Amino acid sequence: MAEPLEVSYQELKHLVSDRALNGETVLLNMGPQHPSTHGVLRLLLELDGEVIVNCVPDIGFLHTGIEKNMESKRWELAEVMTDRTDYLNNTGNNLAYCLAIERLAELDVPPRAQAVRVILVELERISNHLVWLGTHALDLAAMSLFLYCFRERESILDIKEMCSGQRMMTTYFRPGGLWRDIPAEFEIAVRRFLRMFPGRIKQYEALLTKNPIWMDRTRNIGKISAEAAINMSLTGPVLRGSGVAYDVRKAQPYSGYEQYDFIIPTGTHGDVYDRYLVRMEEMRQSLRIVQQALDKLPYGPFRSNNRKYVPPPRAELGTSMEAVIHHFKLWTEGFTVPRGAVYQPVESPKGELGYYLESNGGNQPYRIHMRTPSFVHLQALPILCKGHLVADLVGIIGSVDIVLGDCDR
Amino acid sequence: MSEEHLKITYKTIKERFGLHDSDIMKYPPTLMVEPEKIVEVSQVLRDEFGFNFLFELTAVDYWPEEEPRFHVIYGFYSHANNVRIALRVPLNSDQPSLHTLEGLYKGANWHERELWDMFGIKFEGHSDLRRILMPHDWEGHPLRKDYPLGYEEPQYTFNYDEIDKRKHHGRYEEA
Amino acid sequence: MGIEQKAGNMGIVTVGLEQAVNWARTNAMWPMLFGLACCAIEMMSAQAAHFDLSRFGMELMRASPRQSDLMIVAGRVSRKMAPVLRRLYDQLPDPKWVISMGDCASCSGVFNNYALLQGVDEVVPVDVYVAGCPPRPEALIHGIVTLYDKVRHEKINSWV
Repeated sequence: MAEPLEVSYQELKHLVSDRALNGETVLLNMGPQHPSTHGVLRLLLELDGEVIVNCVPDIGFLHTGIEKNMESKRWELAEVMTDRTDYLNNTGNNLAYCLAIERLAELDVPPRAQAVRVILVELERISNHLVWLGTHALDLAAMSLFLYCFRERESILDIKEMCSGQRMMTTYFRPGGLWRDIPAEFEIAVRRFLRMFPGRIKQYEALLTKNPIWMDRTRNIGKISAEAAINMSLTGPVLRGSGVAYDVRKAQPYSGYEQYDFIIPTGTHGDVYDRYLVRMEEMRQSLRIVQQALDKLPYGPFRSNNRKYVPPPRAELGTSMEAVIHHFKLWTEGFTVPRGAVYQPVESPKGELGYYLESNGGNQPYRIHMRTPSFVHLQALPILCKGHLVADLVGIIGSVDIVLGDCDR
Repeated sequence: MSEEHLKITYKTIKERFGLHDSDIMKYPPTLMVEPEKIVEVSQVLRDEFGFNFLFELTAVDYWPEEEPRFHVIYGFYSHANNVRIALRVPLNSDQPSLHTLEGLYKGANWHERELWDMFGIKFEGHSDLRRILMPHDWEGHPLRKDYPLGYEEPQYTFNYDEIDKRKHHGRYEEA
Repeated sequence: MGIEQKAGNMGIVTVGLEQAVNWARTNAMWPMLFGLACCAIEMMSAQAAHFDLSRFGMELMRASPRQSDLMIVAGRVSRKMAPVLRRLYDQLPDPKWVISMGDCASCSGVFNNYALLQGVDEVVPVDVYVAGCPPRPEALIHGIVTLYDKVRHEKINSWV
């Protein structure tokens, strides 16, 4: 084992500028427990009065060792942990994991399951943007929007609970399709949501988009150019706010996205206001996708028939011997995925989420790495907030939309 | 979507640097690179072939195999052509170290810090190599295969009291 | 009854000191904003309009520990965060209570590994454990009401 790094003043000196060492600038610790850092993030700020000279993020306060823990669980049991990385985008994480396994194992997914997956992932995208809007507005002192957004979110959580029994950590997508078929009330509830929601988006925009206080607080703050954003490996609404129209759903479509018709909103200046506009428009486009998917929802099986990976229905166990054997093997040993490694990207509401999955032919993952957007975006924070005030930093962190569970895993 | 660009790039890089295919990676198409050549190959990929986006930098530990022990995986994406390519670098276990990619892609900064923290792979020339996810005085590199998972022993009725004595309980005042 | 009978209609009510103080403590207990992970989102949902926590006296969540009585540890506590948690607990003024919300705070939940505290009661004494992953807002409210029950039955000689 390597020897531990003893962090002394000497070693940290390179992070702060020389003016701090003379006492000209102040070092302020925006600690792990802070109402506006959206989780346990520690920022070491170097301030010249109130202007930020340098900002050093310190993460790891929510590190859960998920990647190592998944190596000691079976494939289907490890999916439970994927919900809990980015806890505002549970179905998206499940989808990335299941798609990666399906790619390695060459498992087919019936079209009904693909359409339901798309519907739930897009509803999750709207739910994530609602939490983003609520907390971002709360930080910039538009407090009533928080309550409105959480009220809308309750409808989406009801839909998820109807399908899977759980409000947040659903684990509804399984390798091969879905855990069980959607109930009859699903379509009614989603259509009711589709009728109700566009009016609500209009209300939020009426509150914020042309509001002079909002525009003052978010225009020309946290700018980043397109080349710098690509060099820093930014993706998602942050990159789209700077003008690059890159979306994994259009570039490398998965789960049937090529059948649906939607646009990718982009901004021009790359500041906080543009990212806000991009996300508001994304909510509308998600509604469009859900409408199309629900109209075209095909009939058919909800999970693959490949009995090496998918357990047989219980009715078959009384009549078929192979069904009993498959059931026994899947419940005691779990399925084995052939040897190989794959990288599967999906478009999470925050950016490009990628799962690198490696299997050595066993029933446990050999190595899983989650390339999470929040981890990559937080590196760009020092560039985004140089020269701004501390009050602007709060808006910038909100616009980057980090979730610390996603960042620290 | 420019699959031809990917094929041309793959062939050219393979012949120019004398590399092999990887037999493990199914997607994206991957080449095995020696540790000394990685910065050169990445530079050629970025400048000549337009792979301007680093989307993945991670590692796998193959203990108890010692040679190679680690494989470091780099993933590159080309915005103009919409194709992905990956490189795998095998490292031996005695002194796993590579040259940093921070000069080419600023986004590699934290990925390399995470690899140092989790695997113990040193990156020469890195501006700030310290622990990122674990506490700064942690000993060991957790994602290596010889590092224990460190789980809690379950308390059944027969060993409840003896584990309870060993466990640390929070008190109202710090003891 | 008490002296009301003798004093006539003077508007005097007598009650035990324990009852009065415990009633006052439960009616306006302010929690400290300590949401760490997924349970924090359910805590925010419980605070929002659908499941309103203000009807239990928790009108707002104070960010500063010096101005709150209750610490709802919502989410998984990693080893790097444990000293911070203890320090925040020490900064809470008396009387203080701790609710451990969710499976990860109570017993580390799904994650049994090197990086997490196996239960937040390794560093702070917990009054109420709320189970669930994440617990529904109704479950959190049930936990809070259980805590109120506990506070209502506290005795004078156990006050701090």
